Amino acid sequence: MKGLKIIVAVKQVPGTDEVRTDPKTNSLIRQGVPGILNPEDRNAVEAALCLKEKHGAAVTALTMGPPEAGDVLEEVFAMGVDKGILLTDMAFAGSDTLITAFILSRAIIKSGRFDLILCGRHAIDGETAQVGPQIAGFMDLPQVTYAEEIVLEKGFITVRRDLEDCQEWVKVKLPAVVTVTSRINRPRYPSLYNVQTACDGSLLTTWGAEDLKVPASMLGLDASPTVIKKIFEPDHKKRGEIIPGDEKEMAASLIEKLKGVNVI
Amino acid sequence: MITLIPENCNACRQCTYACLYGGIVLEGKTPVRTDSCTGCDACIDICKTGAIVSSGQNIRLGHDIAEYKGVWVIAEQRQGHILPVALELLGKARELADIRETGVTAVLLGDGVDKSGDLLIKHGADRVFIASAPFLGSYRTSPFVRIISGVIKEHRPEIVLFGATAMGRDLAPRLANSLRTGLTADCTQLEMSADDGVLLQTKPAFGGNIMAAITAANHRPQMATVRPGVMQPVCSPSRKGDTVFLDVREEHSDTIVSILKTVKKKQSRATLEKADIIISGGRGLGDSKGFKLLKDLAAVFSGQIGASRAAVDMGLIDHDHQVGQTGRTVRPCLYIACGISGAVQHLAGMQSSDIIVAINKDPKAPIFQVADFGLVGDLNRIIPEIIEQLK
Ligand SMILES: Cc1cc2nc3c(=O)[nH]c(=O)nc-3n(C[C@H](O)[C@H](O)[C@H](O)COP(=O)(O)OP(=O)(O)OC[C@H]3O[C@@H](n4cnc5c(N)ncnc54)[C@H](O)[C@@H]3O)c2cc1C
Repeated sequence: MKGLKIIVAVKQVPGTDEVRTDPKTNSLIRQGVPGILNPEDRNAVEAALCLKEKHGAAVTALTMGPPEAGDVLEEVFAMGVDKGILLTDMAFAGSDTLITAFILSRAIIKSGRFDLILCGRHAIDGETAQVGPQIAGFMDLPQVTYAEEIVLEKGFITVRRDLEDCQEWVKVKLPAVVTVTSRINRPRYPSLYNVQTACDGSLLTTWGAEDLKVPASMLGLDASPTVIKKIFEPDHKKRGEIIPGDEKEMAASLIEKLKGVNVI
Repeated sequence: MITLIPENCNACRQCTYACLYGGIVLEGKTPVRTDSCTGCDACIDICKTGAIVSSGQNIRLGHDIAEYKGVWVIAEQRQGHILPVALELLGKARELADIRETGVTAVLLGDGVDKSGDLLIKHGADRVFIASAPFLGSYRTSPFVRIISGVIKEHRPEIVLFGATAMGRDLAPRLANSLRTGLTADCTQLEMSADDGVLLQTKPAFGGNIMAAITAANHRPQMATVRPGVMQPVCSPSRKGDTVFLDVREEHSDTIVSILKTVKKKQSRATLEKADIIISGGRGLGDSKGFKLLKDLAAVFSGQIGASRAAVDMGLIDHDHQVGQTGRTVRPCLYIACGISGAVQHLAGMQSSDIIVAINKDPKAPIFQVADFGLVGDLNRIIPEIIEQLK
């Protein structure tokens, strides 16, 4: 095989689970919430770098988002990624998973030959786990999801998948799309040496809609089949009663009440 | 609008990738425009050999959403046994179909599943498509997508539901891609608008901190995955329906991913979803002594043991017992939460239990907001008292 070429699709996500909504505008409060590299995308980057160390490979990271999303590319350069492509354009805004995968797949095709596309299983914001398989769909490639081990051998990969009730080993010829779970590895820390090389900006390419030769009608919110109608915080309604008394009395009246509603 | 000059085509497939709508496909080595072409001309720029040229007209075809009818469930099986989530989805599908005055169809692929139609019909299907063949015994993306997208394209359902299982979450996005339609993952609520058939799909995001209500009003089918344990099955033994067998054959492309082996995980997992009574413990158990109390309580109730993530992280119990956003979704008749604060991520997995009891020493713990019966106090004193009185 010629030099292995690996593409990793990564996403910048809000850096906390404590996101809140603004009840007036019905939208996410993003202010003050730092963007981070999506955790399982970091595992995907690590998986690519492990393959690079073992077999030799050029690793390109690809992200779509606002210009700030370029931060996650700086971060993966510091881990050892060779090149980065930032897809940013107002026309991309509001893209759902189908359109996002479409844009990413157009960029992958434009970036030239590749052997393996890696993605994190899901992103912690939308939690859809859809983009990986959708990229595979647009490019007519085989997909392997839930990977917890990837072994490369003579143009094939063997992947161990972590499923609900079993582990499954599958073999697939490259090129292919693989989505990885956090069980696959422990991502390395960024290294100072890499940080220095990363800083001069020479690793980064930025593309917009025109570079991808895609008409605006196929992009963004208008082209996306799914639309978010509303976001809200889950309402956990108060429904019950506090049982009074000391331990003895509480226990006794609980048992009585449970008998009363026929659960014991 | 495009005109095709097949003689110029070198079958590089670039045009098929360039089209968002599946409006151009390759049949053998010949490019063919399909009904989905919207006339946007995006493939013209991509074609380097001059096989696609502009015909000068610009018309939008697109598809007529009124032609799409019926609610479908893609039923999952393991070793020929239908998974409970398939029956739960049928319960919901029946409800949605009744609102739209339309039918419910189940699609089942597997090996030796010829006789499974009946079970699906009893749980709400009017019609069952079955493809039963050895090559469909274990799920593989390629043949499942090929066969299911084939029947969907032929029959045009308005809604297609999948379990949010490893299979469903591998299959559904690939199918949504092949149908170029919308998909919502992990829905906890589905509501149908009776007049226009738009499905309002509600799903948690950001680890359950936020709920998003999503529609795909202009696309069909509308597709969603739903977690096991969220919907409720309804069984009527007297229901009648039709079973239709699909004639399927393995194709070369199906073998592109080959399964080398599978190893079963040790089985403690699946039982929690089926349990009638779950006794769950959290960080408040403190240590293994508290955990022993929990086990004793579970024994007198003949219940199964559940846990919060904190209890799992403390090493008190295996992750298979974790309830919540990143664990199991359960719906027992009785859920007793001991020393669990009631973080949204935990609530996401248990709040539709019939009766919830909370034992916690902090009267402000959010778990009391969802509890039917709250006991404020030290679990180390309350639990022994309950055990004592029940014996
Ligand atoms: C992305 C994400 C996903 C997550 N997924 C899940 C999930 O699937 N499931 C899950 O459970 N969590 C999940 N969590 C973690 C969740 O946010 C909480 O941290 C976790 O549920 C807390 O567990 P706990 O209630 O046992 O512990 P704590 O929040 O520490 O609560 C312990 C409670 O015990 C009470 N207590 C202490 N001692 C006693 C005593 N002697 N007697 C009585 N009461 C006592 C305290 O008052 C307190 O309320 C997730 C978090 C994130 C960020």
